[in-house]
Amino acid sequence: MYHLISWLIRNWRGRRAAAPARPARPAVRLVTAPPPVPPGSGGEVSGSPALSVNGLTKRFGDRVAFSDVSFEVGHGEVFGFLGPNGAGKTTTVRTLGTLFAPTSGSATVAGLPLSPENGAEIRRRIAIMPESPGLYLRLSVAENLECFADLYDAPDPRDRIDRALRAVHLADRAADPCGGLSKGLRQRVALARALLSDPAVLFLDEPTAGLDPVAARDVHELIDELRQRGITIFLTTHRLEEAERLCDRVAILNRTLRTVGRPEELRERMFAKSLTVRTLAPLPEPDRVFAGLPAVEGWQQDGAQGYAIAVSDPRIAAPAVTRALVEAGADVLSVGESRHSLEDVYLELIDEDEEASRR
Amino acid sequence: MSISRRHVRAIFRKELREYRHNGSIVWTMAVIPLIFILPALIHIFGVAAGSGPSDLLLYMLGIPALVPSVVAAYSVVGERQQGTLEPVLTTPVRREEFLLGKALAALVPSLAIAYGVYVVVVACVELFADPGVASEVVRWPELLAQLVFSPLLASWSIWVGIAISTRVGEARVAQQLGALASFPSVLVAALIAFGAIPASLGLAVGSAVLLLLLNGLGWRITSAAFQRERLISGTR
Repeated sequence: MYHLISWLIRNWRGRRAAAPARPARPAVRLVTAPPPVPPGSGGEVSGSPALSVNGLTKRFGDRVAFSDVSFEVGHGEVFGFLGPNGAGKTTTVRTLGTLFAPTSGSATVAGLPLSPENGAEIRRRIAIMPESPGLYLRLSVAENLECFADLYDAPDPRDRIDRALRAVHLADRAADPCGGLSKGLRQRVALARALLSDPAVLFLDEPTAGLDPVAARDVHELIDELRQRGITIFLTTHRLEEAERLCDRVAILNRTLRTVGRPEELRERMFAKSLTVRTLAPLPEPDRVFAGLPAVEGWQQDGAQGYAIAVSDPRIAAPAVTRALVEAGADVLSVGESRHSLEDVYLELIDEDEEASRR
Repeated sequence: MSISRRHVRAIFRKELREYRHNGSIVWTMAVIPLIFILPALIHIFGVAAGSGPSDLLLYMLGIPALVPSVVAAYSVVGERQQGTLEPVLTTPVRREEFLLGKALAALVPSLAIAYGVYVVVVACVELFADPGVASEVVRWPELLAQLVFSPLLASWSIWVGIAISTRVGEARVAQQLGALASFPSVLVAALIAFGAIPASLGLAVGSAVLLLLLNGLGWRITSAAFQRERLISGTR
């Protein structure tokens, strides 16, 4: 009561995929340099990354949420944070968002060291969109956003709300109660709410979880638009095609950070380059066909009429293999470079972890 | 530490908007006063002058003690259950600002109800009760006590309610505990009103000082109990 009265008095006064052959993988370098800053980057501190995380660990009692995580995210970058359920993705976001205190390690978020004293200022520079939209369902879209515009100290809140609603294509739904909106529309409102602060770093935690494909596509388009505006985006997801499509770089977390890099770098790092050959009938003497060809390192049967050929350079090997097959009189159905998806990389790493835990 | 008026106002305004749309809160705020009005009025209109306790209207202090406790007990756990707490805590709002906004949003309507109901009851007594009874019951010391003790009792109930709300995982349980925690205040008010404890100036001053101290303590305990990490992770 005393505090209430004194506060009131003060205010009154102051009023107014599968690989054919897997080579030895190079050692994973977990801290990889972020890509160059794109033009129009929304970063505030030039020369320093938008996010820098060093040996960050979070434990709840004896339970390790994540351990010794290190990475950097450049300004304007869309950084994907992948991992299975319980890998520590959301806890990492909450820790970087100052909701949780790290057990050990350090980080710099939007130019500020992660510490309790900087909590409010860090939260002013970033925005987090949690997995669940967390809207006040009894209030309208505009009422929800008004509250958050004030909490973010947004200058000219009316204009900020209008811009955020336009950005998520909801300008005509401002007066609708949030309880009457579909899940996809609620996600959009939550995204508008995150944009109110004009954040330097935007954390999106599973933004498409539970959405149908059309709603998910809408969210992807919105993320693309944000990327074009130069906002640094930290995207946690276990939708691998989403990460592959949207992210400049990805990190795979399974309590510890398993790898960081561009999706194509990870594929190259994880899997040998290879060609897949399909013929109408099995080759009588495949060894004679493939042996000694330039850039061909080995081969193995892949099904009855298929061959997986490990190569050092597909651009040299593919024409040579095609010529050799024709000269051998084979009826060639296809010769193509094997494509590994991010999903292959992900599954490979997670399978390794599972095998290790069984041992 | 500076408190942002804008943040407090944002929470306060949001809460009031939510109350307006929340039938259970409106219903609670409407029903609880009846529990206190009806016995008092029945007693006043059913006795002859000189035969009833003269401090009967102090029983009405149960309204500011009980009404905000139920609202305040919902304040944090309700947000947790709706999933709205995390988005709020990711903003620059400080816990003190959040708690002040919540407390004011419980205090203002509770006081409006307490004072409003009191005015209505006094008007009924003055207009319709036996003039002798009315002059015994409606007196300046009781009016002053109502004015002073309503915010003190309401604030204490609010801090207790919010503290319970930060520790309990279910809104209904929190509301029940909040109501239970406000019963000592209601009991003391009732004992004084019905003459079991004689009302005196000393008792009034002592009670006011005690409530001020309890409010200061309540604010500190509630602030300490409000930890972002525990509220979000659900750890104890």
